[in-house]
Amino acid sequence: MTASASLSLFDIVALRREFPILNQSVNGKTLAFLDSAASSQKPRRVIDCLEDYYRRYNANVHRGIYRLSEEATFAFERARGKVARFINARSQREIVFVRNTTEAINLVARSWGDANLREGDRILLSIMEHHSNLVPWQMLAQRTGAKLEFLPIDGEGRLALDNLDAQLEGVRLVAITQQSNVLGTINPVAEIARRAHAVGALVLVDGAQSVPHMPVDVQALDIDFLAFSGHKMCGPTGIGVLWGRRAILDQMPPFLGGGSMIKVVGLHESTYADVPARFEAGTPAIAEAIALGEAVDFLQEVGMDRIYAHERELLGYALERLRDVDGLRVYGPTTTEMRGGAVSFTLDGVHPHDVAAVLDSEGIAVRAGHHCAQPLHAHYNIPATTRASFYLYNIPEEVDRLVAALHKVRTLFG
Amino acid sequence: MDDLYRELILEHYKHPRRRGRLEHPDISAEEHNPLCGDRVRIDLRIENGIITDARFDGRGCAISQASASMLTDEIVGMPVEQAKQFSKEQLLDLIGIPLSHNPVRIKCALLPLKTLKAGLYGVGHAPDDDEV
Ligand SMILES: Cc1ncc(COP(=O)(O)O)c(C=O)c1O
Repeated sequence: MTASASLSLFDIVALRREFPILNQSVNGKTLAFLDSAASSQKPRRVIDCLEDYYRRYNANVHRGIYRLSEEATFAFERARGKVARFINARSQREIVFVRNTTEAINLVARSWGDANLREGDRILLSIMEHHSNLVPWQMLAQRTGAKLEFLPIDGEGRLALDNLDAQLEGVRLVAITQQSNVLGTINPVAEIARRAHAVGALVLVDGAQSVPHMPVDVQALDIDFLAFSGHKMCGPTGIGVLWGRRAILDQMPPFLGGGSMIKVVGLHESTYADVPARFEAGTPAIAEAIALGEAVDFLQEVGMDRIYAHERELLGYALERLRDVDGLRVYGPTTTEMRGGAVSFTLDGVHPHDVAAVLDSEGIAVRAGHHCAQPLHAHYNIPATTRASFYLYNIPEEVDRLVAALHKVRTLFG
Repeated sequence: MDDLYRELILEHYKHPRRRGRLEHPDISAEEHNPLCGDRVRIDLRIENGIITDARFDGRGCAISQASASMLTDEIVGMPVEQAKQFSKEQLLDLIGIPLSHNPVRIKCALLPLKTLKAGLYGVGHAPDDDEV
């Protein structure tokens, strides 16, 4: 990407003003929020959108014959359409609203997995998966007798695909993250999908870290399922998305049973609604879904290409500046090539929690821990890392403050 | 600077007093904090109802490790019955962290006490197990 494609500093100043939370002090310093990989901040218009729903047209969807309910239903379904266009789905019927990425993956494991997997079938994952794209498959394997296989990573923290075709033998499903929340690595999902489809396997992509940060086109990637969370992409908590290929969703049995997901209910059995209603039992997160639609509008107005380019510039600057800190080791790719803006690191002789606590005293919010990726940390033989992660509202000055604070940690613990 | 990282804590973190293992300890206990992966093991020598030697081992943040160093130092020479009564307030007082501090860090600070109690009472049997 060229510099002109990214957000100019002038844009950023205006853009930061859209995020009320950024305008505050923490421990006497301006807040530097570097933990968007855990959850992003929300622009004013998303916050307003939630409030507008509760003030003006709060009513349950898909049931009322009155004005408010019609308005709520219209806004809810319009949000589904916005999300569909955002990821270039063929139809908005392919968009299932769930709570988050975790629920989307569990839905596929329970519904598709229980109906399709038999003893001896294989599921291919990677060792860099978030627990939410690992534990549901472990549980499925325990229920069905299916086996888990893992793609390894190389010294740069990239997937090692040399043995992919051999590892794909007997595989029914590949479940892989598009961007690691620890290493930042962006995985070649389209290539993996092509080779997986050649042996008849389906491909589920964990888009929790990719959909918020770069253009994602499910048709271009030619995948089968995509899971992502609203709260990491400027939307509210409590709303997430499962996208699935229509032909596959149509064949899948329900996940949760209850209201909204039925056609006709008898005392002893029922028939089920078409997708996506079949997978949306009970009253959904109405306000949150509508506000996710607003977040998607916001992201598209800024432009996903520009967001990606902006984060890439920040990342490049951060990787360069962090090289100056003694005893600091960054995990994951050392260049910005196929790499997103999550930077996990360790500092010799200082526990990641202590690093994060000192940074907090400087008003810098980062995360410390295993980031729900214990197997990956075990691979590196470390219990935890400290992670700084960027989003569209971050600025180079925050990288400078991060680096200065890390020098301070060095002095304190030196 | 951050009130957590005062001289005393950094001093004990960099130069722990009783890090290591005892040979044939009378009591040995280990506890984890699953949230951050902190781990503390405490070995005790007990003679005639008195703790006559203590060592700790483990890995974790400055707070948990400094707390373990100070706690093991404190309990040597103490009757077992008195050590059983050692409270979280006493420990926080000893290491100089206010109870009102960030609860996540308080958990780090209290991990060694939880380990000590698990050793003295048996795992999960300390009367104030929930709090520690
Ligand atoms: C790569 C990845 N997958 C899945 C998740 C789970 O997202 P959620 O907690 O919103 O379900 C996360 C978020 O932490 C993530 O980073």
